Amino acid sequence: MAGIPHEHYEPKSRFEKWLHTRLPVVSIVYDTLMIPTPKNLNWMWIWGIVLTVCLVIQIATGIVLVMHYTPHVDLAFASVEHIMRDVNGGWLLRYMHANGASLFFIAVYFHIFRGLYYGSYKAPREITWIIGILIYLAMMATAFMGYVLPWGQMSFWGATVITNLFSAIPLIGDPIVEWLWGGFAVDNPTLNRFFSLHYLLPFVIAALVVVHIWAFHTTGNNNPTGVEVRRDDIATAKKDTVPFWPYYVIKDLFALAVILIFFAVMVFWMPNFLGHPDNYIEANPLSTPAHIVPEWYFLPFYAILRSITDDVWLIMILPIDGKLGGVLAMFGAIAIMALAPWLDTSRVRSGRYRPQFKWYFWLLVVDFFVLMWCGAMPAEPPYSTISLIGTAYWFIYFLVILPLLGVIEKPKPQPETIEADFDAHYPPKAAETPAE
Amino acid sequence: MTRRILPALAVAAIAAMPGTLHAAGGEGHVEDYSFSFEGPFGTFDRLQLQRGFQVFKEICSGCHGLKYLSFRALGNADGPGFPDAQVKAIAADFQCTDPELEPGETRACKDSDRFPANTAAGAPDLSLMAKARAGFHGPLGLGVNQFLRGTGGPEYITSLLTGYTGEEVEMAGAVLYENSAFPGGLISMAPPIGDGYVEYTLFNADGSPYEPEGEGEGEGEGAAAGHGGEGGGGGGHGAHIPEPTTEQLAKDVSAFLMWAAEPTMVERKQAGLRNILMLVILAVLLYYTNKKLWAPIKRKAD
Repeated sequence: MAGIPHEHYEPKSRFEKWLHTRLPVVSIVYDTLMIPTPKNLNWMWIWGIVLTVCLVIQIATGIVLVMHYTPHVDLAFASVEHIMRDVNGGWLLRYMHANGASLFFIAVYFHIFRGLYYGSYKAPREITWIIGILIYLAMMATAFMGYVLPWGQMSFWGATVITNLFSAIPLIGDPIVEWLWGGFAVDNPTLNRFFSLHYLLPFVIAALVVVHIWAFHTTGNNNPTGVEVRRDDIATAKKDTVPFWPYYVIKDLFALAVILIFFAVMVFWMPNFLGHPDNYIEANPLSTPAHIVPEWYFLPFYAILRSITDDVWLIMILPIDGKLGGVLAMFGAIAIMALAPWLDTSRVRSGRYRPQFKWYFWLLVVDFFVLMWCGAMPAEPPYSTISLIGTAYWFIYFLVILPLLGVIEKPKPQPETIEADFDAHYPPKAAETPAE
Repeated sequence: MTRRILPALAVAAIAAMPGTLHAAGGEGHVEDYSFSFEGPFGTFDRLQLQRGFQVFKEICSGCHGLKYLSFRALGNADGPGFPDAQVKAIAADFQCTDPELEPGETRACKDSDRFPANTAAGAPDLSLMAKARAGFHGPLGLGVNQFLRGTGGPEYITSLLTGYTGEEVEMAGAVLYENSAFPGGLISMAPPIGDGYVEYTLFNADGSPYEPEGEGEGEGEGAAAGHGGEGGGGGGHGAHIPEPTTEQLAKDVSAFLMWAAEPTMVERKQAGLRNILMLVILAVLLYYTNKKLWAPIKRKAD
């Protein structure tokens, strides 16, 4: 593997040599686990492992849930209750799967905002970043379709609202929606295809995760200083790094154990906290719930969707209506993140050394939560106005602030090397200084 | 069908007109009653579930079904804990459909059956009612108080059953009853319970009738009225059989419906304690492992 110089796997015994010349699988595992990792990573670098574990939990619980679930409009809701009441440990599987989705999104938002703050998206890690955005999109699709499967009121009406978004596309919108539904409303064909795709997409995500890891193992991890690991030779690289095993494996496992404590509190003691009571009512196409609210992790983008209405001046001058504008804004808000590597003109990678950037970044984080809150509120003043301001800032951050800051901002000095940064935190003992 | 839709439309129309009713706003008022099963260590009160079941059987089941609940669950030790023979007897009091019978025919239910669905009066099934309603979302709409108080489903049911103001409105040929807890303020269900509607008979785990210890005839009333619905912890020895006031009946049936909505709740909460303790130990061990592992890298004495 290209990247940071390090010691590679050497087959020693005759069997190892025999295997290595035929299938270098041990070598791949060794090089992956022993990858030189910057030794100054902070606690924001744990989320990747948490996300991987989330994917494993979701797939493992999901596969068993499928053994007891029935994807039919007349039976789906009852089969979920069968899981909750009759299947051994069924309640645990279902609550882990439902709350696991939330943990997955909590982790992915930390992971994304960590990348945005420390400039992890910048060259040479653009591909890692874009694969990451694709994973995030696939996660959203998977979560949305999964929420439809219990066939409760929110499942049905959420599916109806979201699939209807595609009708905003001019000319081909309505045929697309009917094609998605497999009919003229959300019904049994819709439930069946959502079930099929909900089972398929996690494996697509797993494949994308492999590519994501492959990409950043080629470039090496970013780190809080944004300064690259020195690659002159193995000895120099070792001054900036430690091998992933055991140093980061153990650190990540500790972080994971702490996060799983919070997860267990959710699963065992307040499992319906993030759910909606209406989803314990079986889907009824004749009765619309008073408030149709998506799951919390969609709320910021749901707010962006609803913020664009016919009376927004940008919509009035463009040849589109507010509905299409909202859909474009929602997907655009995610697509724009994928362009961050080229929109950010600053040569300094880490936000730690960018005094002005910090303010705009934290404002973006606040903006994210404000939009989340607005998404849960009714689409009426003052929430609609706040949503519109929030939407505007989201786009201004990527389209205006990131390009301009690189030009006008005067960054603070960065450390020469990762080693220098690390030594500043953990000073070398007197005895070892001369040897260095 | 039309008969059912028209009152529903009328209710919707009323709900859409703010200010037409004085008694209730759009959301309705839900009182935060205290139940024994709240909080991470909460358990069901066996005798309260038995009382609540009696209310369900003698009153609610006339119109409402409970189609996701199995009769055998009534024997769960952390549920109502009815003895086996009694579970069978209870089941036999209900009529179940069976694919082996002619359409329209029924037979006596068995303990392996579920409670029959009941759609005759157009009343909603109650199996999940306690989870399908949220009484409160605090603080600040965050819903975090679910940790200690639940989502307020049982509180909503109690508030609804005790929330009738006595006013009646006739609308589109249907009588609607004003209720301070029901969203919109008008409900088509007539007040189902009142003081003394049920005479409680409770059972010990061995099937013998439950009799409170050391309780004379006279003193029972005052004490029960005063304690009305405290619920108690485990429903153990010497608990009073409370006076069947409207509020007591409402609380008892609400507790029963919470259990019916999630018979595995106690198992879940207790498994949670074991899991969390184990994870805490694991986290502590990993903390020290990690500290020791990194000590040479960070040039610290370990």
